[in-house]
Amino acid sequence: MINFQYVRANSIADAVNLIADDPAAKFVAGGTNLIDLMKMDVEQPTKLIDISRLALDKVEDTAEGGLRIGAMVRNSDLAYHPAVEARYPVLSSAIRAGASQQLRNMASTGGNLLQRTRCAYFYDIALPCNKRTPGSGCGALAGHNRMHAILGTSDACIAVFPSDMCVALALLEARVHVSGPNGARTIAFDAFHRLPGETPQRDNNLEPGEMIVAVELPSAGFASNYSYLKIRDRLSYAFALVSVGVGLEIADGRIKAARLALGGVAHKPWRDTRAEAALAGQAANEAVFRQAADIVLRDARGFGHNNFKIELARRAIIRALTQAANGTPQSQSNKKIA
Amino acid sequence: MPELRLSQAPAHVRHGSNIGQPLTRRDGILKVTGTARFAADNHLPGMLYAVIATSSIARGRVTFLDVEAAKHHPGIVDVMTPAHKPPLAVDPEAKTNPFAFRLDLLHSDRVRYANQPIAVVIAESLEAATQGAKLLAPRYEAEPARVGLDANESYVPPSVGLFNQAEVQHGDANAALAAAPMRIEATYETPAQYHNAMEPHGVVAAWDGDTLSLDMPTQGLVMTRARIAELFGIAPEHIHIRSPFLGGGFGSKGIAVGPQILGIMAARLVGRPVKLVLGREQMYGPVGHRSATRQTMRIGADRDGTLTAIAHHAKISTSTFDDFYEPAADASHPLYASPAIATSHEAVRLDIGTPLFMRAPGEATGSIVLESVLDEAAWACRMDPLAFRIKNYAEVEPMSGRPFSSKRLRECYAQGAQRFGWSQRPLAPRQMRDDAGLLVGWGMGTAIFPALMFEAQARAVLRSDGTGVVESGTHDMGQGAWTAFAQIAADSLGLDLEQIEFKAGTSDLPDAGIAGGSAHTATAGSAIQDAGAAVIAKLADLATRDQHSPLFGAGNAGVIARGGRLFRRDDETRSESYADILRRAGVNELEARGKGAIDPAAQANYAMYAHGAVFAEVKVDPELGQIRATRMVGAFAVGRIINPKLVRSQLFGGMIWGQSFALNEEAITDRRSGRIINANLAEYHIPVHADVGALDVITVDEHDPHVNALGIKGVGEIGVVGSAGAVANAVWHATGVRVRRFPIRIDDVLEG
Ligand SMILES: Cc1cc2nc3c(=O)[nH]c(=O)nc-3n(C[C@H](O)[C@H](O)[C@H](O)COP(=O)(O)OP(=O)(O)OC[C@H]3O[C@@H](n4cnc5c(N)ncnc54)[C@H](O)[C@@H]3O)c2cc1C
Repeated sequence: MINFQYVRANSIADAVNLIADDPAAKFVAGGTNLIDLMKMDVEQPTKLIDISRLALDKVEDTAEGGLRIGAMVRNSDLAYHPAVEARYPVLSSAIRAGASQQLRNMASTGGNLLQRTRCAYFYDIALPCNKRTPGSGCGALAGHNRMHAILGTSDACIAVFPSDMCVALALLEARVHVSGPNGARTIAFDAFHRLPGETPQRDNNLEPGEMIVAVELPSAGFASNYSYLKIRDRLSYAFALVSVGVGLEIADGRIKAARLALGGVAHKPWRDTRAEAALAGQAANEAVFRQAADIVLRDARGFGHNNFKIELARRAIIRALTQAANGTPQSQSNKKIA
Repeated sequence: MPELRLSQAPAHVRHGSNIGQPLTRRDGILKVTGTARFAADNHLPGMLYAVIATSSIARGRVTFLDVEAAKHHPGIVDVMTPAHKPPLAVDPEAKTNPFAFRLDLLHSDRVRYANQPIAVVIAESLEAATQGAKLLAPRYEAEPARVGLDANESYVPPSVGLFNQAEVQHGDANAALAAAPMRIEATYETPAQYHNAMEPHGVVAAWDGDTLSLDMPTQGLVMTRARIAELFGIAPEHIHIRSPFLGGGFGSKGIAVGPQILGIMAARLVGRPVKLVLGREQMYGPVGHRSATRQTMRIGADRDGTLTAIAHHAKISTSTFDDFYEPAADASHPLYASPAIATSHEAVRLDIGTPLFMRAPGEATGSIVLESVLDEAAWACRMDPLAFRIKNYAEVEPMSGRPFSSKRLRECYAQGAQRFGWSQRPLAPRQMRDDAGLLVGWGMGTAIFPALMFEAQARAVLRSDGTGVVESGTHDMGQGAWTAFAQIAADSLGLDLEQIEFKAGTSDLPDAGIAGGSAHTATAGSAIQDAGAAVIAKLADLATRDQHSPLFGAGNAGVIARGGRLFRRDDETRSESYADILRRAGVNELEARGKGAIDPAAQANYAMYAHGAVFAEVKVDPELGQIRATRMVGAFAVGRIINPKLVRSQLFGGMIWGQSFALNEEAITDRRSGRIINANLAEYHIPVHADVGALDVITVDEHDPHVNALGIKGVGEIGVVGSAGAVANAVWHATGVRVRRFPIRIDDVLEG
């Protein structure tokens, strides 16, 4: 870790100005990811701009019947917010599946979107990584890649975006409100995170100096038929090998609308609208779920240690869809797994 | 000196006989209130901070360190490098005794493993030292790293563990195997594991001329002191070590490790007190680990399940520069009766830090394989795994034919099986499901651990007011040792706990030996008992010779010490208090020393082991492969139990460790760089609370007159031993999939 300056922003405008003045600076919110990366010398900001005291900690109803979540709302507060638990339980469930209680108490909504991959090669500055040091190569491709991506990979990078919360946000079609040197704009969730391609150093489409102000949820919450199923090596405090978020609208035994997104398999939350389309109008049964899983995984590719993830993802998709259709989703809080 | 007085701690103290009471640990309140002072909590006036710069390569040479850049950074006081360091009195490569492991003390520019210390930056603040270490920006001449058990030529090690023969034969295993109607052969792998004590290794060192004051965690105060004295060429008496608490050691804090010595060197270099504490990731290299193993077992049996041969071969690794050989195959020596037993070891030298003792060294790695293969053999014979083990019950030590000093394993099997409900177990795998449709499996394993004794000393004093002081430089690693020792001390003096002061944890006290080999309570406890008894004997002598004492002339009948009084053995109406005896004799303090050591005669005649049986249940999702350990019952016969509450905790901890071995723990090495890529507690998995199911411990009464006067066998490691195999066998029983590489993970049991 190298020495750095610390300043506190007084307002959103102040934060945006501060960072415009100093491109080597970084915002710090909960600090649960950034500080670790600084200790490992992966990130070396010369200045931290603390945005954690800004009044961005509210969860508010929108005119459209949705919810607007301030960037500084802590993951725990969001997961247990009555409106989220009642109307967007898949989001609640996804957040509770992540990290640990202590981390969730610190982690912020904005920070969660911007957390970086847990790829070991990214974290260890002695090892090659195109995401950390463009052009240095990908250590994971021929290295230890059990946790790595099976979808949307490139020769430059097979890292996974590790967030659980963002899987739910993806299927809920959240919108990200940002503020920057050129004013405010809104980014659709699907357009927020990127695939690695040739530029794995860019995780997302936020422009330099832009700050996340809020995340907005549209009204559709899939509160009666949903599931967030996370498969991991231990029951808590472990990143997903594969996770599946599902929201269904079911009427008369038929699926009217479906949302399906995966975590732990790609450089971004992996939503598959073709699979969703294939589910729509069908009866809710295993054959249909299997078809959807096949669509999601049609181009899946393993890199050795992570080959098992393809079959695991297939089964997890089927299980999660079954749970959602039955209206008996797994509970992250009492840790039932079936 | 942070002196723990007994009055500080125990929440509940029972009166009367102290041994056998489930007292709450005396350090408990100190720890939960944050007032227990660990080594790194010490701050001395004028103290500087030292941070180690470690190697990013696993093999090669350091060709450049930008010392100038580091020195220019504000707050940096000095940079210790191979070219700039205080002299040592002996070569850190010298094997001055078998426990003197070769240390990396900046004595060369060679790099022999990733994370090896290559420089130490000393600064006014931790932050400055940390950045200074970064600014060194080392350059290397790198050579390809040799990691993994096949990366180098193998050889037969000179010995394994603590001077055990690498190859041992009893009977003719090959002939027996050739003739056996049932034969099982299987190869298993266990990964490298790291101790990961919660408290990282560290030291606060202060020199005053040639006198050295140290706050540092160590499992062996006097051995550590001797090693430091030798390295710096000073008298051991000039070194004072305080180690009141260890935040776990598990074998990695047995003797001073390289980084601690570097902290002492740094203090010498700058002439000011220095604190050096390792970061978590720095604990993966210079402070030991459990070697990876590849083990091949061949078992021969008659059709009725009688074992005719056990052949256990283990391939293990050590560093390129020192020898520590995990005695994995030796796990097959003491447990099951077989007319032929052959064990052998084969080692490779790798570009890794030297492995070391880690909780149940050899037993843990060897037992999980032995118990797994035994399970395979039982199934091949279509026998219940417990019945199979009982069929091959060793009535005498299999290799030597010596009788056991005591062995209540049968009772462990019976009581454990009963509590668990083992009799309901279907023989075939994949037969049980729970209400949610999860596969349920039951497995078991036998636990065994030698009842060892090292050597220890103690001093006991009776004061004129009738209170006592007992001293022995014992080590409380979190296991509650001090509480147990205080109980022994109080009983040895016939006093209540409040009436004695027990002193421990510093190097100026009588040598308590090493807290290792599950032998600390037995060894130091015996010394304490001996010292107390010797003082009481002196006191009795005073009383029985004193005509004014009601005990006068009781010499032949003898006296009993209880509650601060001596009683005439044949007439308890005649008694006198310690204080009265001492006062009349005009004696201010009565002192005696005691010793604990193995009785060589007993050892020659008896095989001494603690035993146990562990039963485990797991549930596995049939499609998704998630494995949950839901229930474990362990029944142990471990001799005399000093404090049942502490013993239970030790056994629970061991059982959880066993589960961790079976399902979680693994250091992952990047094959090309030789770097461990999960060197942190987020990715080096151990079970979290949610992963641990219901635990149940039974202790079977066992009276052993031979192991030591107190009849103690030790409980520190045995909990690990049968548990790992029990969990692994339960996974097989749930799924029908025999996984031969640990830890067992989702990918291993996902069916195709
Ligand atoms: C041991 C461990 C285990 C974990 N396990 C999981 C898990 O299982 N599942 C999971 O989903 N997550 C997991 N996490 C990750 C955790 O969710 C993230 O660390 C957390 O969400 C980040 O939020 P933060 O507020 O602490 O971000 P910070 O660390 O403060 O910031 C992260 C990044 O976001 C930027 N940033 C923060 N807020 C804003 C903003 N409003 N606008 C612009 N930029 C901003 C910062 O500059 C920084 O680059 C784990 C973390 C740890 C340390």
